[in-house]
Amino acid sequence: MKITDIKELESLAKKIRRGIIEQVYCGKSGHPGGALSCADILTVLYFNQMNISPENPKAPERDRFVLSKGHASPALYSTLAHRGYFDIEELKTFRSLETNLQGHPDMNKVPGVDMTTGSLGQGLSVANGMALSSKLNSDGLRVYCLVGDGEIQEGQIWEAAMSASHYKLDNLCLIVDNNNLQIDGQVDEVKNIYPLDEKFKSFGFEILKIDGHNIPQIIEAFEMAKKVKGKPTVIIANTIKGKGVSFMENQVGWHGKAPNEEEYKQAMKELE
Amino acid sequence: MNIDKKIATRQSYGETLVELGKNNDKIVVLDADLSEATKTVLFKKEFPNRFFDMGIAEQDMMCTAAGMATCGQIPFVSTFAMFATGRAYDQIRNSICYPKLNVKICATHAGLTVGEDGATHQMLEDISMMRTLPNMTVMCTSDDAQTKWAVREIAKYNGPVYLRLCRLATPTIYDENQKFEIGKAIQIGQGTDATVIATGVTVAEAIKAKEELEQQNINIRVIDMHTIKPIDKEIIIKSAKETKKIITIEDHSIIGGLGSAVCEVLSENYPAKVIRMGVEDTFGKSGTAEKLLEYFKLTAKDIIENVK
Repeated sequence: MKITDIKELESLAKKIRRGIIEQVYCGKSGHPGGALSCADILTVLYFNQMNISPENPKAPERDRFVLSKGHASPALYSTLAHRGYFDIEELKTFRSLETNLQGHPDMNKVPGVDMTTGSLGQGLSVANGMALSSKLNSDGLRVYCLVGDGEIQEGQIWEAAMSASHYKLDNLCLIVDNNNLQIDGQVDEVKNIYPLDEKFKSFGFEILKIDGHNIPQIIEAFEMAKKVKGKPTVIIANTIKGKGVSFMENQVGWHGKAPNEEEYKQAMKELE
Repeated sequence: MNIDKKIATRQSYGETLVELGKNNDKIVVLDADLSEATKTVLFKKEFPNRFFDMGIAEQDMMCTAAGMATCGQIPFVSTFAMFATGRAYDQIRNSICYPKLNVKICATHAGLTVGEDGATHQMLEDISMMRTLPNMTVMCTSDDAQTKWAVREIAKYNGPVYLRLCRLATPTIYDENQKFEIGKAIQIGQGTDATVIATGVTVAEAIKAKEELEQQNINIRVIDMHTIKPIDKEIIIKSAKETKKIITIEDHSIIGGLGSAVCEVLSENYPAKVIRMGVEDTFGKSGTAEKLLEYFKLTAKDIIENVK
């Protein structure tokens, strides 16, 4: 299943955002802001780009996705549920004692989750390992890894960036969810990570910069990344934290907070 | 035991990796700029395409191995025990043990017997940190034959393993026909005057002590606890029942390591006094491995004093 119709993808992204709000509301905790900011990127990956099949979630030749910013789990769960990996109703169990949908993704509990994540800074190294394996196995798969902008303050990201270019991992595509907010405030004020393009360029990456909420731009960037040879690609996706819910947009307070009933109703209405 | 034929367990490890690499193309090896010292260089020479030098970046190395394991490779990851378990603890915990990935962490240069490099390189807490992790198997081998067996065996087992290896060349204890089993300790001797439970480099010291004590009509048994997790509870309880004294000895802190593991078993099953020999809540220091074992009272002579 590959959806190419932009309107259809946009409509799906909206449904995925509703699923995010549903989870955080039902679970009474979670991270809506950073989940909403990457919802369009995940929509394109799972409905337009990746070679995957929900019927066979462990197929060895499938493309891989590593959500390095594991706290955006509601975005991944909602995307997987809408893609058919499990029942959408299950989203309501998010973060409960009985659930498979742990606060941060667990590859042994949720079909479609390719790597367990949560402790920031580790996902790019894991994705590199997958990309290296793919080259050894000659299976031609592609590996995608999404990191947060605050997350790349972790030193391991830069160790991994060095590895990705040293090993010429052109089957790897890194995406930075660049919403410029982290828990303590604006990323450039907490500890400045910019300029990202020059940093990644000096680490040997091909650089693509896009509006991370513009579906045609996201698709185009992934298509361009596939054509890059001999080096990894990073897509710096400028995004808005809380995107799609007016009162959450660009509000650092919605990094890790659940909406009350009134806020929930308003958010769901805005996402109709 | 042959005290004239000394081999460091890291050497046995490197040689066995090459043998494994020939039989299984899923075996890959990662190192962090220490392949000459860890002996993974032997694998690197034979299989350059399956050897990955990750540079001085242990955290990156652990997670890269985790990613490879998700795709069916069997990664053996090596560096010094200090950097493997200390520097990359979170990565081992969250990216290897929690998802139960098939990564073999074979760390060399553990303990005081690193020698001259001193405290910053003498990892004395790794058994403690690794055995507290769910899904982790923890092993510490004592000689060439046992290490070769362990490396072959863990390649067959699906799940995370920490194998603690040493820099120091130590006597050969077993012949190549000796049978081993993960989680089953080896008992050497039937003496009832005392039990000395040892692991890694201290096993040879315990055997030396046993042989000297026999000259004085004091008969002890030595237990080579090559698997620290899961620990062989039965042999510990049985020995406590059958012998007058229990002594543990390890080239590791007395906090959290073999001694603690033995005490946990006995306190719940057969309360008995345990003398824990090890490094007593302090850091190491520079010196030759032999001098350090003397300084920290981890030699056969010290065992004999504790037995008497």
